[in-house]
Amino acid sequence: MIPDGYKPFISDDHFKKESYKKIEKIYAKKEASLLASISAAFDEIPITDGMTLSFHHHYRNGDLLLNMVVEEIKKRNLKHMKLAPSSIFPVHKPLVELIKNKQVTSIFTNYISGDVADSISKGHLKDLLIMDTHGGRARAIETGDLSIDVAFIAASAADQKGNANGIDGPNPCGPLGYIYPDLYYAKHKIVVTDTFIDKLSSNDIDSAFVDYIIKVSQIGLSTGIESGTTQMTKDPVQLKIAKDTVKLIKALNLIKNGMSFQTGAGSTSIAVSHFLKEEMIAQKVQGSFASGGITKSLVNMFEHHLFQELHDVQSFDLDAVMSYKNNKHHHLMDASKYANPFYKNNIASQLDIVVLGATEVDLDFNVNVTTSSTHKLMGGSGGHSDTAYESKLTIITTNLVKSRIPFIKEHIETVSTPGTSVDVVVTERGIAINPLRTDILDHLKDSSLNILPIKTLYQKAVSLTSIPKQIEHKDRIVGLIRYRDGSIIDVIYEVKS
Amino acid sequence: MRLKTAATAGTYESNDCMVTVKKMEGITIEIDSVVKEQFGEQIHKVALETLSSLNISNIYLYIKDKGALDYTIIARIKTAIKRLGV
Amino acid sequence: MRKSLLFIPANHPGMLQNVDIFEADSVIFDLEDGVALTEKDAAKDLLVSFFQHFHLKDVEKIIRIHEIHDLDIIMSHHIDTICLPKADVSSLKLLDKKLSALEKKHKLDHQINIIALIETPESILNALEIAKQPRVNGLLLGAEDLATYLGVKRTLSGIEIEFARNMVIYAAKAVGIDAIDTPFTDTTDLSGLTKDIEHAKALGMNAKACIHPNQIETVNHLFKPSKEDILYAQKILLAKQQADAQGLGAFSVDGKMVDKPIIDRAIHIINASKE
Repeated sequence: MIPDGYKPFISDDHFKKESYKKIEKIYAKKEASLLASISAAFDEIPITDGMTLSFHHHYRNGDLLLNMVVEEIKKRNLKHMKLAPSSIFPVHKPLVELIKNKQVTSIFTNYISGDVADSISKGHLKDLLIMDTHGGRARAIETGDLSIDVAFIAASAADQKGNANGIDGPNPCGPLGYIYPDLYYAKHKIVVTDTFIDKLSSNDIDSAFVDYIIKVSQIGLSTGIESGTTQMTKDPVQLKIAKDTVKLIKALNLIKNGMSFQTGAGSTSIAVSHFLKEEMIAQKVQGSFASGGITKSLVNMFEHHLFQELHDVQSFDLDAVMSYKNNKHHHLMDASKYANPFYKNNIASQLDIVVLGATEVDLDFNVNVTTSSTHKLMGGSGGHSDTAYESKLTIITTNLVKSRIPFIKEHIETVSTPGTSVDVVVTERGIAINPLRTDILDHLKDSSLNILPIKTLYQKAVSLTSIPKQIEHKDRIVGLIRYRDGSIIDVIYEVKS
Repeated sequence: MRLKTAATAGTYESNDCMVTVKKMEGITIEIDSVVKEQFGEQIHKVALETLSSLNISNIYLYIKDKGALDYTIIARIKTAIKRLGV
Repeated sequence: MRKSLLFIPANHPGMLQNVDIFEADSVIFDLEDGVALTEKDAAKDLLVSFFQHFHLKDVEKIIRIHEIHDLDIIMSHHIDTICLPKADVSSLKLLDKKLSALEKKHKLDHQINIIALIETPESILNALEIAKQPRVNGLLLGAEDLATYLGVKRTLSGIEIEFARNMVIYAAKAVGIDAIDTPFTDTTDLSGLTKDIEHAKALGMNAKACIHPNQIETVNHLFKPSKEDILYAQKILLAKQQADAQGLGAFSVDGKMVDKPIIDRAIHIINASKE
């Protein structure tokens, strides 16, 4: 099943047995030079067929840079290009044409949605899609597994030397956590910005590594960062799941001084943060830090002194961007320090609690966050596998049933995060504890929480929905899910139309 | 009393379905479902069984489904048939 | 004694199939105001199908009917209680007759009870007579409709329904049945809900209808006896045990004489705390 040249996944802690060899950091040979345009960069380097170009996704669905480079590739009729954007969003639709005509034949990314995802699901990409985790991408770049020719670094502001950041200028996007491996290890580094400032608020991007600077009319749309759901859910089922999650955390005596916490940006995550905030205030608790992609909810908790520090790898909304700019205890966290398994004492390893989502979960607690239940590519691990392994307590929140789809299944289509990393699954009809966690089971044996074996939850689900038919996919493998240690944990198949 | 040739029941909301029935020879069932791949066959089976339980052997039945569970599909078909007056 | 009753519009499958998640003591499947006139037939068919496929345990299943004829279609042994809108003595007598006939027809193994929805000025004044009707084990105040009849606006303070609340409470407690408060209509205002419940509870209501699942936790919590109430009740019952053992008829606790009503209330509280 796994193609030649790739190692199969063994276990989520196998990396402990492995040695880690980083390649040399590549500093700029001279002071950064100002180029007139993206086109000029293609001429100067020069950018040729088959090169690997990388990007960060800090503008999320407001990103403009990747499309600018795609346009240039198209104009120049370059072929077999490899792209390594840390995530791909609906805004990146222009890339589909280049995939179809084989100008782009290879993609490395951590999260993918929109038309590009659909196109790859349908088998248009010539070579394999490689999906890394956030920590795994850092590992791949640091070891040379993913060798980058040119890193395009979108920055909201830069100075003449090539220092840059994502906080100054009219289109800020926050800390540029994901681009650091690219900044240090890519052969050529280009800062692209729409604003030059003499004195930046901070030199997040160090000019010592920057070869070129380009000014464009607009680098990205700050408003595109927010992915729609920044409000707390009103859905009573989601609210129940969120409330029960916090009740569980409380029952495990984890709401205490010094606690650390991370969750995502979805509406259920925001509800969990809301109820956690209420509990922490009621119990007069101050946590040590909250981390991850930072949202307004976490900033709000931080401003209520519920956390001493925020460790931020990306901003999910403008409140987070502003907080990063203004609060000295709101820190930038680069991707390697965040989640690279080979980075000693990475931030994720200091987490007490992480609350994550899922598209599907199986009876062994394996989680799929990469494909839909019909095999379509529609997401990706991001920091899921990283934080699930590293955090002391990993909670998955999910509906048991939604619009007839059961979320707990006997077998899931794709494994993104192995069950050994998952401790608890909270659904609206009950909570399942991984049998490996006898300590949690013991702690909660007299609790009033509705704790059930995962098989019972599964049976409840199918008693409501009936058993779904197994959906067929084509035989061709279109992508690999690369676990954070570089091994391949699962594959992505081409969908049947 | 005006004789009807078609009737509907249900809604387009999540977890519901909109059922349309028309007088026609033989049984024709068309299903358009958000969970067609996983449950299309099951929905078809339930529709046939429901028509059978109502002794209907001549009908055109169209179900636009938004993830309704079996009990909802059964109920909406029954209501539509009653509204059609067959 | 009920604490929370959740209204669910009967024509809404997404809500029906999730009722057991929300931990309400009772669910009121609504065929009346929650369903458009043109969809009453669909709602009844859906409810019938729902009861055939879902066997809910640990929750009281109440139907708020639109008309008494509804029962011809929807009667099932899963139903515990009927909620009768605009209840008055004559409609309750008709419903009682209808239920007796249907219980026999369907060979039900239990009696179906009635919650009388008190929502007109006349029924408020007749609350005691209504409470005494057969099968009635709860009075539910319908303040929104009542306010319309009175020609007044509903307010957060509830002064316009104070008398109505008192009438419902006194009538219910005179007969020993549930006094159920009117729903709090702002589903986003949990602190307003809390104040409203505390007021109603202080007057003597023992339960409240909910129109959104998010209200249930607050209702259940506030209508549960408090720790102090439970400790005090335990004290009373212990003192009673000791007095009985010593053959004493009258006894006092904390300097106050304890008589039968206080003992009964203590028993009520201990039972409620166990639920």
